[in-house]
Amino acid sequence: MAAAPELGVRVWRGGASGQFREYAVPRRESQTVLDVVMHIQREIDATLAYRYACRVGMCGSCAMMVNGVARWTCRTHVDAVAREGRLEVAPLRNLPVLRDLATDLSVFFDRWERALGRFRGTRTRRDDFERVAPQSPARRAADAGIECIGCGVCHASCDVVAQNPDYLGPAALNRAWTLLNDERDAARAERLRAVAGDAGCHACHTQMGCTERCPKRIAPTASIAGLKRELARAWWKGEL
Amino acid sequence: MNARRETVLWIAQRASAAVLALCVVVHLATMIYAIRGGLSAAEILSRTRGHLGWLAFYTVFVAAVAVHAPIGLRAALAEWLGWRGASRDVALALLGAALAVLGMRAVLGVFG
Repeated sequence: MAAAPELGVRVWRGGASGQFREYAVPRRESQTVLDVVMHIQREIDATLAYRYACRVGMCGSCAMMVNGVARWTCRTHVDAVAREGRLEVAPLRNLPVLRDLATDLSVFFDRWERALGRFRGTRTRRDDFERVAPQSPARRAADAGIECIGCGVCHASCDVVAQNPDYLGPAALNRAWTLLNDERDAARAERLRAVAGDAGCHACHTQMGCTERCPKRIAPTASIAGLKRELARAWWKGEL
Repeated sequence: MNARRETVLWIAQRASAAVLALCVVVHLATMIYAIRGGLSAAEILSRTRGHLGWLAFYTVFVAAVAVHAPIGLRAALAEWLGWRGASRDVALALLGAALAVLGMRAVLGVFG
């Protein structure tokens, strides 16, 4: 089928109380959604605000809602998502809109802090390297979640995040899970306490929106289930 | 946030769900079997009265309900109504107690 010469694109403009504006963008082969947004900003309206950096799916900064679904726009082909030659591009859900397609990600990363998403080691630069067996069960569990690029797609795809403003969310909980399985990390008990409760892993409804949408094919749902199991184990051993 | 309390509640919720899954299957299968066999209420009561096995089974069933329902409602009340804190937990403890008392009243009714 020959590609339509033009794509009809509705793009969110303004802050939380803005509106969609319509643009016509030339259709190109292998065009990504980010290409479309860049075309609008460079050729049609230079005031359009949005974020990107690497354009190759590494930096996690270009995620947006595309036809109602959170996606990394640099790796999302227009062919795969356009409906009848139309696209709707909006800022990521569940985050405050700064302007146009740019959201305030401090709301997202504050939760990583609350989940103690920061490695805490015990060795100094004068110590030797710690030896971690790559095939150990803990390391494999950590590896399964370690490739997170912090794009916020899971956060935008989670209905519990939408309902419960205190919920740590799939990305922060996945981060806590990878650290919990890092045998060099020294904040285990503190981290387990940080991720428990109805703002933490126990609030997850296992709807798997995060796992369905994660562009890196990570399963935060599995990480959250792991946290629940680990908390139960810690309680059993009297560590909580 | 009390991590220990939340974790214990989660374990209690999952454990009581596992017990309920078994109890509900046994309960439904027994009811269907008894009704299809054409037993009257009086005949059923004659079999349950003084039967320690049924007393133990339904006591476990009631205990699992009294644990499971309030914990599930706890999350629902927080998410749907924004009701959190001590007042909610006291109300749910009362609900659990009511379920236990009413349930045991029924169990003792068919036992004694």
